[in-house]
Amino acid sequence: MIVLELIYEFFLTGLFAFGGGLATLPFLYDMGARTGWFTNEDILRMIAVSESTPGALGVNMATYVGILTFGVAGGIIASLALVLPSLITILIVIKVLDKFKTSPKVRAVFYLLRPATIALIVMALLSVAKVTFFTVDLKEINSFASFFSSVNYKTLILAALLFIPITKSKLHPIIFIAISAVIGIIFRL
Amino acid sequence: MKELFELFVSFMKIGAFTFGGGYAMLPMFQKELIESKKWITDEEMMDYYAISQCTPGVIAVNTSTFVGYKVKGVWGAIVATLGVIIPSIVIITLIFSILAEFSDSQIVMHAFGGIRACVCALILSSIIKIGKKAIVDKLTLCVFILVTLFSLFVNFPVVIIIVAFGLLGFGLSYTKAFKNKFKEGIRE
Repeated sequence: MIVLELIYEFFLTGLFAFGGGLATLPFLYDMGARTGWFTNEDILRMIAVSESTPGALGVNMATYVGILTFGVAGGIIASLALVLPSLITILIVIKVLDKFKTSPKVRAVFYLLRPATIALIVMALLSVAKVTFFTVDLKEINSFASFFSSVNYKTLILAALLFIPITKSKLHPIIFIAISAVIGIIFRL
Repeated sequence: MKELFELFVSFMKIGAFTFGGGYAMLPMFQKELIESKKWITDEEMMDYYAISQCTPGVIAVNTSTFVGYKVKGVWGAIVATLGVIIPSIVIITLIFSILAEFSDSQIVMHAFGGIRACVCALILSSIIKIGKKAIVDKLTLCVFILVTLFSLFVNFPVVIIIVAFGLLGFGLSYTKAFKNKFKEGIRE
């Protein structure tokens, strides 16, 4: 009954992985070692693929592992099993929150959580920026000279040029992403 | 029915064009959900993110469930969640079956060099827009700086940061200054 096992494993992962896609990785390594469904190399390969495909890393991983173990149906089942705990938890949280939404205490909590959330998004931006604007791992940089020689100026210029139109125009982000992909191919970024 | 369909299409778009996981969805959420459809406000968006970080599961999915529920109840939540994950499932399945060499191809690599640069500019622009609504006084500025420094120099689980500041807010709500600030009904 590998299908039930698959559902069980991904349901548990979805239930206990806090903090997004990367948080599912330890669960996946453990799952691979216990069940033998996939190897550590499969996981690494999947991380690479996830970086160049849209969507949430966690869902991409679940789909991939599902396909490896049970074909296309497995991919669908594993993804659904992964998101089911989220769906249930969030629905419960909403019910509770709705009751206390206007309470001054809840508003005070979110008043402090909003700037904290912004800081975490800044961190996410920095981690994307590191791989986008530098050609080597930042840890390997030990002098000013090596800092300047490892900056990827092409991507930096593109981002700088895009920033003002993105901020000022009402165009959809999809349009900017499409244009950037074309520029990336033309200028070999 | 029409609203459910709109919800589904919006979240499919978001799922199909977000590169880099939950946080990178912010610019898409902002355009689709806040500016175009006006389903939620900037403040609600930040609150959903905060909760999504300390509840289990993928952040992108959690946030989508929230917005879906806000627009059309439980069915809205289900439709939004399915919408945001379907592109992933389809694309990964395609790559697995027909485009095995996809991620190694030179053209794809160059395209992604461009896309990543764009994603950085998009996220920065979103942060500036939404940050103005979050960092509104000295206290919130302090929280922002503190969490930034903390995440830069200490490798700390996000859940703990969120819970700690949540508790702090809860504690502060008993002080006089906060009581006046959040008197019931004033800001609603």
